Amino acid sequence: MSVSKEEVLHIAALSRLNLTDKELEKYTTDLSNIVNYANELANIDIEGVKPTAHILDIKNVFRKDEVEGSYDREKILQNAPTKAAGCITVPKVVE
Amino acid sequence: MDILMREDYEVVIGLEVHAELSTKTKIYCNCTTQFGADPNTHCCPICTGMPGTLPVLNEKVVEYAIKMGLATNCEIAKFSKQDRKNYFYPDLPKAYQVSQYDLPLCEHGYIDIVSDIENKKRIGITRIHIEEDAGKLIHDAFTGDTLVDMNRCAVPLIEIVSEPDIRSAKEAVNYMQTLKSILEYLEICDCKMQEGSLRCDVNLSVRKKGSTEFGTRTETKNLNSFKAIERAIEFETNRQIEEIENGGTIIQETRRFDDAKGIGYAMRSKEDAHDYRYFPEPDLAPIVMSEEYIQNLRDNLPEMPHIKKDRYIKDYELSEYDADQLTASKYTANFFEKATAFCNNPKTVANWIMSDFAKMLNESEIEIQESKVTEENLASLIKLIDSGKISSAIAKKVFSEMFNTGEDANKIVEQKGLIQISDEGAIKEIVSKVIEANPKSVSDYHAGKDKALGFLVGQIMKETKGKANPQIVNKLLIELLNS
Repeated sequence: MSVSKEEVLHIAALSRLNLTDKELEKYTTDLSNIVNYANELANIDIEGVKPTAHILDIKNVFRKDEVEGSYDREKILQNAPTKAAGCITVPKVVE
Repeated sequence: MDILMREDYEVVIGLEVHAELSTKTKIYCNCTTQFGADPNTHCCPICTGMPGTLPVLNEKVVEYAIKMGLATNCEIAKFSKQDRKNYFYPDLPKAYQVSQYDLPLCEHGYIDIVSDIENKKRIGITRIHIEEDAGKLIHDAFTGDTLVDMNRCAVPLIEIVSEPDIRSAKEAVNYMQTLKSILEYLEICDCKMQEGSLRCDVNLSVRKKGSTEFGTRTETKNLNSFKAIERAIEFETNRQIEEIENGGTIIQETRRFDDAKGIGYAMRSKEDAHDYRYFPEPDLAPIVMSEEYIQNLRDNLPEMPHIKKDRYIKDYELSEYDADQLTASKYTANFFEKATAFCNNPKTVANWIMSDFAKMLNESEIEIQESKVTEENLASLIKLIDSGKISSAIAKKVFSEMFNTGEDANKIVEQKGLIQISDEGAIKEIVSKVIEANPKSVSDYHAGKDKALGFLVGQIMKETKGKANPQIVNKLLIELLNS
């Protein structure tokens, strides 16, 4: 396996996902396959190829600094499962 | 804390300063950046991270960041890109912040600051990069919920990262003050610290003096006043020294400083906190600015505070201290120059700005540009003093009236009949009257009690409502007493 169970658990924790043992097995295999597949790229000779910052050959895509209307609050919040006082509500974050 | 114990330690500080850029719109969409609106009314699908949206970079953000780079002696990148910094927190709707990782816009700069340790101190600037701000979390003590306001999401920021060159709380404050005045001069940040437009994180470690290795550092997050920076540094320095002296070790951690209580504390340690999994932002194109573009910005930079300061010393013959005070804020400097142009008396203008004016601004907690007193008004007041029409004592009263009402100095003097009495005949009459009415003080004076003279002067001033020319009063009083 090119990806360990510990690594999968670590990534899951960063993404706030709880995995069952079965899921852990499955994702460890799946992610390993994906990484193995991507690792084939490592065999390609890239002598003289510049690092790629963007897949397209573009640069300097800019916008003018001009205000346009924002969305109505109702519309912005319409998908939020819980809200109060014009805000999305989430479980208490302690810091 | 034992003084001796502190003296064999040295503190090593680096600052990460966040400045909100004063663009009209957010960094990747056309929503306004205006502060203080109702929650979630300055939002659109792009800045709230809806799937399928495409961000487009605001050209002013690039311009402002490069200006700051030029003003702080940085090299400007020929090729720069943006990256995603991934972390999960409810103030960040996309679950990543667009920032810059390995190719920031500006690198390897420095600024010179005033130091309490050495004569002139140069602080290295590691890098300046552009990024987006996060939203605001409001904790509702009543329901126990956390409310998310996304108005601030994607407001453009520059992060200015210093080298670990700072060696005292005072140096840190001076560094921050210098950055603030540069940002103000460039007009790229409103620097309202109480609104969070300018804030910093303090990276701090301590070591035995003479040691060249760095100790383990902690990061105290989100300080938004000069006082908080100073106090947080003092607190953390003492805490680390005490910990080491007691045989403990410093843990690398993120901390907060409670300004009200004056104490710092560790945030709940997140072991994965620094696993940001940066990768290039595929939705945004690389930034490649031409030599001409950068040169044009360089040629049009405004006069920087330290250059202005030298000019004030030379052209206006001000002391280094005065010049330093006047140029710290662009607004103060502008006020000074304009008022001086009207009355041609730089020294007096400087004195007013730094004493009475500054005191009243402080008391009413406003900045000079928010005051009702105009440059022309202050100049008129100074002209009235210079021409002998009002005394300095009266001028203070007139100024206070100007400050409160914004009224013109000439008008106030006229309306209230405050013009100084310099007519010797008129003053002589009053002096004689006061001498007659106070025989006891007169004999005290002749008995050598100096206080009596002051009392008599006071009586004469009272009689003339402070309007008598004090030099003439003194002269005539002594004459009459000794005649």
